[in-house]
Amino acid sequence: MELTLKVWRQKSATATGSLETYEAKNILEDMSFLEMLDVVNEALISQGAEPIAFDSDCREGICGMCSLVINGIPHGGKRGTATCQLHMRNFKDGDTITIEPWRARAFPVVRDLITDRSAFDRIISAGGFISVNTGGAPDGNAIPVPKESAEKSMDAAACIGCGACVAVCKNASAMLFVAAKVSHLNLLPQGKAEKDHRVGNMVRQMDAEGFGNCTVTASCEAVCPKEISLSVIAKMNHDYALATLKLG
Amino acid sequence: MPLDSKTPSGPLAQKWDKHKFDLKLVNPANKRKFDVIVVGSGLAGASAAASLAELGYAVKCFCFQDSPRRAHSIAAQGGINAAKNYQNDGDSIYRLFYDTIKGGDFRARESNVYRLAQVSVNIIDQCVAQGVPFAREYGGLLANRSFGGAQVSRTFYARGQTGQQLLLGAYQALCRQIGLGAVEMFPRTEMLDVVVIDGHAKGIVVRNLVTGEITCHAGDAVVLATGGYGNVFFLSTNAKGCNVSATWRAYKKGALFANPCYTQIHPTCIPVRGEHQSKLTLMSESLRNDGRVWVPRRREDCLKAPSAIPEADRDYYLERKYPSYGNLAPRDISSRAAKEVCDEGRGVGPGGLGVYLDFSDAIKRLGQNVVRERYGNLFEMYENITGENAYHVPMRIFPAVHYAMGGTWVDYNLMSTLPGLFVLGEANFSDHGANRLGASALMQGLADGYFVLPYTIGNYFASSKQAKPSSNHSEFKKCVENIRAQTNKLLSIKGKRTVTSLHRELGKLLWEKCGMSRNEAGLKAALLRIPELRDEFWKNVNVTGENGELNQNLEYAGRVADFMEFAELLCLDALHRRESCGGHFREEFQTAEGEALRDDEHFAYVAAWEYTGPNKAPVLHKEPLVYEEMHMSTRSYK
Repeated sequence: MELTLKVWRQKSATATGSLETYEAKNILEDMSFLEMLDVVNEALISQGAEPIAFDSDCREGICGMCSLVINGIPHGGKRGTATCQLHMRNFKDGDTITIEPWRARAFPVVRDLITDRSAFDRIISAGGFISVNTGGAPDGNAIPVPKESAEKSMDAAACIGCGACVAVCKNASAMLFVAAKVSHLNLLPQGKAEKDHRVGNMVRQMDAEGFGNCTVTASCEAVCPKEISLSVIAKMNHDYALATLKLG
Repeated sequence: MPLDSKTPSGPLAQKWDKHKFDLKLVNPANKRKFDVIVVGSGLAGASAAASLAELGYAVKCFCFQDSPRRAHSIAAQGGINAAKNYQNDGDSIYRLFYDTIKGGDFRARESNVYRLAQVSVNIIDQCVAQGVPFAREYGGLLANRSFGGAQVSRTFYARGQTGQQLLLGAYQALCRQIGLGAVEMFPRTEMLDVVVIDGHAKGIVVRNLVTGEITCHAGDAVVLATGGYGNVFFLSTNAKGCNVSATWRAYKKGALFANPCYTQIHPTCIPVRGEHQSKLTLMSESLRNDGRVWVPRRREDCLKAPSAIPEADRDYYLERKYPSYGNLAPRDISSRAAKEVCDEGRGVGPGGLGVYLDFSDAIKRLGQNVVRERYGNLFEMYENITGENAYHVPMRIFPAVHYAMGGTWVDYNLMSTLPGLFVLGEANFSDHGANRLGASALMQGLADGYFVLPYTIGNYFASSKQAKPSSNHSEFKKCVENIRAQTNKLLSIKGKRTVTSLHRELGKLLWEKCGMSRNEAGLKAALLRIPELRDEFWKNVNVTGENGELNQNLEYAGRVADFMEFAELLCLDALHRRESCGGHFREEFQTAEGEALRDDEHFAYVAAWEYTGPNKAPVLHKEPLVYEEMHMSTRSYK
């Protein structure tokens, strides 16, 4: 198939960007979206032009490195699918596809389609962990975890930290990401001891990074490649309210 | 150079305890005076960086991805082994040790493997305490499943995302230390050289991948946890960024490289679909617990729809050839068996390079819901990539390069032949011999980082008493100049071929000549071709852009330049090892039934290669493999 691409090009964080048009030729439906971009880049390099910079690594939907807003939707709109797992059979010959980076104040553009998502790491550093040093852990079976809690915790822990939830949100809110981590850890008996401090510290850092607030449009849930449920945000709000009452 | 493994004396089961007592300690108040550089943030790197920081060392951690959470450990699906014997099915530390040594085809160091089995139990405890959401039984206790190459259920798992959950556990421990100021993290930063001063590793030179700035970092020790070299084959299950550069550049600075020919070809991957393919995708081995592998009995049936082939005309070849292990036969054996039936013309799918992995019996026995609960995400991934629904038609799978058993040679303390340079996880050679069993890579990465290095690195500091390095030392300047020169060279060639096209050609050559099976003529041909290809790379590659900016093409060119050199060592090692063992199958050395034929008399050693200069042949050093406890036997899974 042959496609027309409109791709955001921006030389650096401080440069002005614009949408440039490229033709993508000899695209097969078995290709992944990123393999389609590989083909376009090979052609650009052969012409001595600068290839399009985009992030990717595992290309099997788990590392969370790939991004791309495709035709206005982060990861392209196929339910439960990251860009690297989106295949060209979902497009038609002759289509025009617009490709942009994540857009959010807290995710500044680094180059072309690459953004800086280190704000997420700082939120985890603020409290997204259980404070346990290596060594001295009790036997694994000394802490029984009800299957339901383990499953719910795992549902939340499936987050790959890609940032699509932020990119789609009209407020550029990171609530789904933060709430997924809060739920993963606060649902487990191991995580209960510091659950109040955890939620408070993470929310404070989230605000400091410049993410917006949640107005429950649920667009984040719709584009999440791991289909993290909006209910984690309710859980976080509940934990946050309790923590505020307890800790002030 | 005599290779001293520093294996402690005494009975096998007491070596590690004895050694831990014999290791010198660093006073808690003095630990903060030692700077440790950790390169890589996967299971081994993140666990080491976090654990060392918890102990009080001053740690700097580097990764090329935008966040330490992206490291490729995250993609491991199936699980992690531990000798907990929670299932009461006869498991023990000794049995895990035995299975791992046997699975490695008697080419691993006995003492290391025993220690690995010992600390496996601590890993599970640690991960549970960190909040890793392992699968649970209804009573709330940990669930287990069995995995390829084992007859007990000792594999712990978190759906099909075990690597992700374990890595997030280690990443969170690392982030906690970053938040506390105990670890300084450098994402989007690539190591380009190890700096050696007075014979010791004293730092690294790195490139900031956003600005192109090259900077020096001095340390009292350098830890490489930079993963495997599978991408030398171009197509592999590794992430796009995985590379050999860190360990290769350490090799050129004096750290011997061991057993590069031991590469693991994983039996259950999605077959190649065309020239455009950028990587291959693994389907967890756990699928073989319920899926049955088969091909048509007759060649002429290969083009028929699988449902049109009656039971009697199907060849469940793993069950037929290895009745006691069946579909759970180890990876090297399963992969070779798939190649064999495809070579006979009985492969299915495009190009005849595929075999069926069929769940229809499991769906009949357990119902679609149970199968979905166990493997739902894998079936979805398969459908995303192939457009086929594996609940209705059997999956098609084919072997693909997956894991590197070979790596930097390390002693029992995980230190390389370059003092002060420690190498962990897949990047070292130590624990898997010639073949790795399923669910053992996660175990080894975390064992090295959480429970081995934190003990052994202190002994190095306490006993070597080295001068404090400075990043102004002339050696740093020299390394920076060399790197600048190479970068300028790459950017100035402006030839006709892209980095990808050269990499793809190298990979294809290696897959054909040094892939699932190897022979002398093929390896010699590859050894003639690789230098030509390398030559072409340096004369005709086209690297666009500049150094002082984010330049993915330049990053990639640097990695492929190293693959172009490393590939030669890989083939040389494969040529010299005139036996078949584990993942290394030499066609000349096989039994009448086509099984691998080991030669313990001549090849029961670790082959560690020493760099002697550009365009000079590397020198082989041998570490004899002495088995005190185990008896070397022929591996049988029949």
